Amino acid sequence: MLTVFLQFLFSGLTVGSVYALVGMGFNIIYNATSIINLAQGEFVVVGGLMMWFFSDSLHLPFIVSICLTILSAGLVGLLMERLTIRPLKSHDLLLMIMVTISVSIVLRGILAFKFGKDPYDYPAFSEGDPLNIGGAIIQQQTLWVIGITGLCIILLYLFYNKTIIGKAMRACAVDTTAAQLVGINVSRMVMISFVLSAMVGAIGGIAITPISLMEYDNGPMLAVKGFCAAIMGGLGRGRGAVIGGFSIGILESMTAGYLHSGLKDAVALVILLLVLFLKPAGILGSSAAARLRKF
Amino acid sequence: MLKLKNVDIFYGKIHAVKRLSLHVNRGDIVALIGANGAGKTTLLRAISGLLKCDTGSIFFDGTDIAKQTSDKIVTLGVSHVPERGLVFKPLSVEDNLVLGSYPRYSLKNRSLIKVDIQQIYTMFPVLKDRRKQLAGTLSGGEQQMLAIGRALMAKPKLLLLDEPSMGLAPLIVKEILRLIVELRDKYGLTVLLVEQNARSALKIANTGYVLETGRIMLEGPAEDLLMNRDVQRAYLGRDLDAGFQ
Repeated sequence: MLTVFLQFLFSGLTVGSVYALVGMGFNIIYNATSIINLAQGEFVVVGGLMMWFFSDSLHLPFIVSICLTILSAGLVGLLMERLTIRPLKSHDLLLMIMVTISVSIVLRGILAFKFGKDPYDYPAFSEGDPLNIGGAIIQQQTLWVIGITGLCIILLYLFYNKTIIGKAMRACAVDTTAAQLVGINVSRMVMISFVLSAMVGAIGGIAITPISLMEYDNGPMLAVKGFCAAIMGGLGRGRGAVIGGFSIGILESMTAGYLHSGLKDAVALVILLLVLFLKPAGILGSSAAARLRKF
Repeated sequence: MLKLKNVDIFYGKIHAVKRLSLHVNRGDIVALIGANGAGKTTLLRAISGLLKCDTGSIFFDGTDIAKQTSDKIVTLGVSHVPERGLVFKPLSVEDNLVLGSYPRYSLKNRSLIKVDIQQIYTMFPVLKDRRKQLAGTLSGGEQQMLAIGRALMAKPKLLLLDEPSMGLAPLIVKEILRLIVELRDKYGLTVLLVEQNARSALKIANTGYVLETGRIMLEGPAEDLLMNRDVQRAYLGRDLDAGFQ
C-alpha cells in the first residue's frame, strides 16, 4: 500500500518539477511585463529537442550540450522579445497575450519542420540501477529532475535577492515608473526576463525528456499545467509556482494511479477552477494585489 | 543648468503645458508653484524623460535631453523624486538605496556605494535604524526621506522634487524643507521644487515660477513672489481686505 503510494508520489514530484519550472517561467515574464506568455511550454520542448540534437545527433559532450541547449533557448526567448514584444510595445495586454499564442504556434511549426512528429529521448544523466525507496522503484533520472528543479529554485532566489539586476527586475515589477526614475532601463529588464524564462523552461525540458520523451507538440499542455501552477500559488509569486507545480503534479499522478489515467489531464483544470472560485489570488497571493492585477 | 524652451505637452487632446520656458541656475532652489492640475507634475515628468514633450527643447548642461530616455537622463545627473516618493515597498530600505545607485553600480565600486549609503544614513538616521525593514512598513515621512535618499544615491547634479510635503505632518514637512536647504548649501545641489504648499516652498527658494493651466503666469525672485498681492491672494491664502483694516 505504502509502496504504491510512494511510487505515485515520486512520479508526481517528477512531473510537478516541470510544472513548477514552467510556472516560474510564467512568473518571471509576468512580473516584468504583466504579460502571460503562453509560449512558455514551447521553451520546455525547445530544451528537450535541442538537447537531443546536440547530444544524440551531433554527439557533443554532455555538459557542452546542456550549455548549448540553454543558450539556444535563451536565444529563442531573446528573439521572441526582440521580434514580437518590443516592436509592438502595446499597452493592450490581451493583444500581447495573443501575440504570445501566435509565437507558440510558429515555434511549434518550426519544431515540427525540424524534428518531425516522432517522440525523442536520450539516455538518462547517470547510468545505474533504479533505487529502491521503501519498496518503490525510483529511476535515477527522477532524482536528477527533482534536484535540478531545486537548484533552479535556489539560483532564481539568489538572483532576485542578491544581485543588482535581480533587484532591478523586482523593482520594475513593483513600480515601473519609479524603476525608470532610478535609471533602470525597463525594456532591457523585459528582455532579460524573456531570456531567463526561456532558459528556466529549457532546463525543465532537458531534465524530463529521458523520462517522459519529448514531442514537438508537448508545449501547450505543459503551458496549461504550468499556468495552473502559477495561478494556484498566486500569479507573480515565485514560491507560489513551486508549491502549485508540485501539488498539481502529485495530485495528477495520484488521480492517474488510484482513479483512472484518463482523468489525469483534467486535474490541473479542476484545480484551476477551484482556485479561481474560492481564492482567486492564489494560495500565497494577497487579495489586494489580485484586485490591482490587470489580468 | 536647466533650460526649457517653448515646451508644449499634450495628454491626448488636453494641452497640459503651453509654450513654457523656464530656467534653473546652478546652486539654486527653484520653486514651481500652482494649483492642482496646473501642469507642474507633467513638466517634471517631461524633464526626467517619463513622457516626451511634443515641441520645444530641454537643455541640461548644454545637451538637449528632450528626446532622451529616462535612464540616460539619470546618468546625466538629473534625479526625480516623484509624488509620494514611490519607494519599492516590498524591498528593504537598504535595497532601495542600492537600487538608487543602479546606473553607476558595478562590482568594482561596490565599496564606494557602501560608503555613499552610510552617508545617506548619517543624513537620515531613521533609515539606518530601519535598514533591514521593508520600505512599505515605513511611515509616510520616512518613505519620503527614503525616496530622497534613493535619488541622492545616483549622485545627481539636479534634483527634481515633486510635492515632498504631500500628506505629511507639519513637523516632518519642516524637517524635509530644512534638508532641501542643507542639500543646496552643503552639497551644492540644484533643486527644482514643485509644491502646492506655496509659502514654505517660496521661503526656501531663490527664484519661483507660478504655473496656471500650463502657462507661466509669474516669475521672479522668491521674496518678490512672497510679497506679490496676486500670489498672496491665490496661493498663500491671505485675505487682502483684512490687510487694509
